[in-house]
Amino acid sequence: MMNPLKIAKQDARLYMSFMYVTFASLLVGGLMGLLQTLARSGKFTLPFNINYYTILTVHGVILGLVLTTFFIIGFQFALMGKTVGISDKQRKAGWWAFWLMLVGTVMAAVTILVGQANVLYTFYAPLRAHPAFYIGLALVIVGSWVAVFTNFRQLYVWKKANKGQKSPLLAFMVVINMAMWFIASLGVAASVLIQFIPWSLGYAETINVLLSRTLFWYFGHPLVYFWLLPAYMAWYAIIPKIIGGKLFSDSLARMSFILLLMFSIPVGFHHQLTEPGIDPTWKFIQVVLTFMVVIPTLMTAFSIFATFETTGRRLGHKGLFGWFKHLPWKDVRFLAPFIGMVAFIPGGAGGIVNASHQMNSLIHNTIWVTGHFHLTVATTVILTYFGIAYWLVPHLTGRRLTPRLNKLGIIQSIIWTVGMTIMSTAMHIEGLLGGPRRSNFSTYAGGDQVQSWIGYQMAQAVGGTILFIGIVLMVYIFIQLAFFAPRGVEEFPIAEEEVDAEPTPKLLENWYLWIGITIALILFAYTIPVFDILKHSPPGSVPFDWPIGRY
Amino acid sequence: MAKSTKQQLEPQHNPSINLKGTLIAVMLLGVFILATWFGCYYLFLSR
Amino acid sequence: MHLHKFEKVWLIFGMGSLALFLVILGFAAFWKGTHPQSHIETIDPENVEAHDSFKPENLGLREVADGKYIVNIVASAFNYDFGMDADGKPVKKIRVPKGSTVLFQITSKDVVHGFQVAGTNVNMMVEPGHVSRLETEMKNVGEFTVVCNEYCGIAHHQMFATVEVYE
Repeated sequence: MMNPLKIAKQDARLYMSFMYVTFASLLVGGLMGLLQTLARSGKFTLPFNINYYTILTVHGVILGLVLTTFFIIGFQFALMGKTVGISDKQRKAGWWAFWLMLVGTVMAAVTILVGQANVLYTFYAPLRAHPAFYIGLALVIVGSWVAVFTNFRQLYVWKKANKGQKSPLLAFMVVINMAMWFIASLGVAASVLIQFIPWSLGYAETINVLLSRTLFWYFGHPLVYFWLLPAYMAWYAIIPKIIGGKLFSDSLARMSFILLLMFSIPVGFHHQLTEPGIDPTWKFIQVVLTFMVVIPTLMTAFSIFATFETTGRRLGHKGLFGWFKHLPWKDVRFLAPFIGMVAFIPGGAGGIVNASHQMNSLIHNTIWVTGHFHLTVATTVILTYFGIAYWLVPHLTGRRLTPRLNKLGIIQSIIWTVGMTIMSTAMHIEGLLGGPRRSNFSTYAGGDQVQSWIGYQMAQAVGGTILFIGIVLMVYIFIQLAFFAPRGVEEFPIAEEEVDAEPTPKLLENWYLWIGITIALILFAYTIPVFDILKHSPPGSVPFDWPIGRY
Repeated sequence: MAKSTKQQLEPQHNPSINLKGTLIAVMLLGVFILATWFGCYYLFLSR
Repeated sequence: MHLHKFEKVWLIFGMGSLALFLVILGFAAFWKGTHPQSHIETIDPENVEAHDSFKPENLGLREVADGKYIVNIVASAFNYDFGMDADGKPVKKIRVPKGSTVLFQITSKDVVHGFQVAGTNVNMMVEPGHVSRLETEMKNVGEFTVVCNEYCGIAHHQMFATVEVYE
């Protein structure tokens, strides 16, 4: 493997800009989450007549779309800069990506906050938000595309300069994630640019609701993998270094990323299983494809445990689980991602249930689903991102993760674990009892069933409050690491291959092949059903403003 | 001396490398997935 | 590319489990007909009354054979229209005996809604332009809350009804 490069000051400034937005988003979005759980406990009313669905929209957009995308792009730029380098021109493009995304974010956020876009982050037609909301989202996506092509270019330039060498693993992973993001976001971009913007401006009278939902979910599932893959990058290629080990297998890591690229897109129907307008056979076909995407995660699970065990045994720890006992539990760079890995066990198992065709009706749109993705994205993914931030931020700012900050990080991880266990468990149980997601406090028609839901909503408020304390602590740690921690050098940990590792097959870097298969799978999974949707279209839907409080 | 060199050169991915703990850990994970799925399927059938 | 012996064992076990799930789901769906609802029947959302099932006089619960019922509902923000009772008041609760087979038919006049009889497997998206339809056997006794489980606007949480299953 090539020696990692040094990150120059001006490059660090770009990467850090993404981090500032990330942690500002965490604070804003987290506050909204707190307010929601409090409001839904039925014990509190929101101040200043703020609408529950306004804060719900802010929460979803700011955390689900803004925080994640900014962190990922910033982190991936740092990985590319470290492994293959960045030129002046590429850095300039990076700044374009940043500013486009930021302008879009501010536009969308302001539109939501003034109550003109109470449509939640899925913005299902025919509820119509103010056009500025859709235009803002489009800018965020276009900005992210600038980052996509900059990253592609970075690897391309490196390959030309290093003919015949395999690309650095992390750069390969970044390019896989960006390829997936680009292919997937074409769907939502088409929907926003061709369907929503003209319709919200009044140039198109009606909208094809089912088509817009299908395009959204064509994007919506790979979106969650776009969040997850940077966490996998850390698990495969960074955590081994932190625990003092080596890469388990370069080839297997690449293989699992290729499988994730191929199978995370043609699966959107598993979010639409209970919809009336899609042929059930095609739903089932996409369910089968969804189950295929579990396989690289099974590989990842093995690879992680194997890394731990191999490292532990090499360090001389004996017994069946001696290697486990001696993992660096007191190092937050390890502990936070590790808790994330553990959360992915119930998260993944729940995900298989969700995608199980007819069984989906057990949990569809119940608060179980909210509980599910608070395990996956709001624990697995975010704790891994925090785990990355503990070393990435000081590395970029020329400071150190001091023992005190490390300790605060450990406390933060524990607070998060406790809060999320309470909140997510309560959500899962309430969901199985039929309690709906995305709903303000309501006693409905009363009765025992509703009463049982409210008990769990109180538990969610308790969990939500604990989590908010965790957020405040995390933002404090971030500010310390960015501006106040003592100057020094923090390591950018990148795991190395074994000296005698098997060579990685050249085939794994055949981009034409893998992207070709990806596109073929998408065409297979979507061509006929989309053709059917267009052929059996009902009359289009006119926009509705009043249900979301726009007059 | 010769022995230690040999040890260093022992390939990591030799099939005989001890990964027993890993196997048990992932199998527990598998059992958890099965239990979750069948539990939910039972609930689905009972409704 | 080399796989450790145990990794092979694990992958065979994992993929075998996934295949088992799919066989169970596929058998139930294709042979027993328990697919999630999908009828691909369209309707004009601005003129739902043109469809026989959604004429005002046909809304609500109707027994069509012994132990067999049809319920027709029109969803709109923020209400489920189950028709009127004998006093001309809107119906908010329907009652069926345990073990009866009930066909729920529902469509939307405006935006996307959800229709879930919480605590049962009746859980459907309701979209303008489409008819959602699901037949189920009411196996368990109790009062079940009907909730709109897809966000439909700022009073979304006030859209509900009740299904009572009696002994």
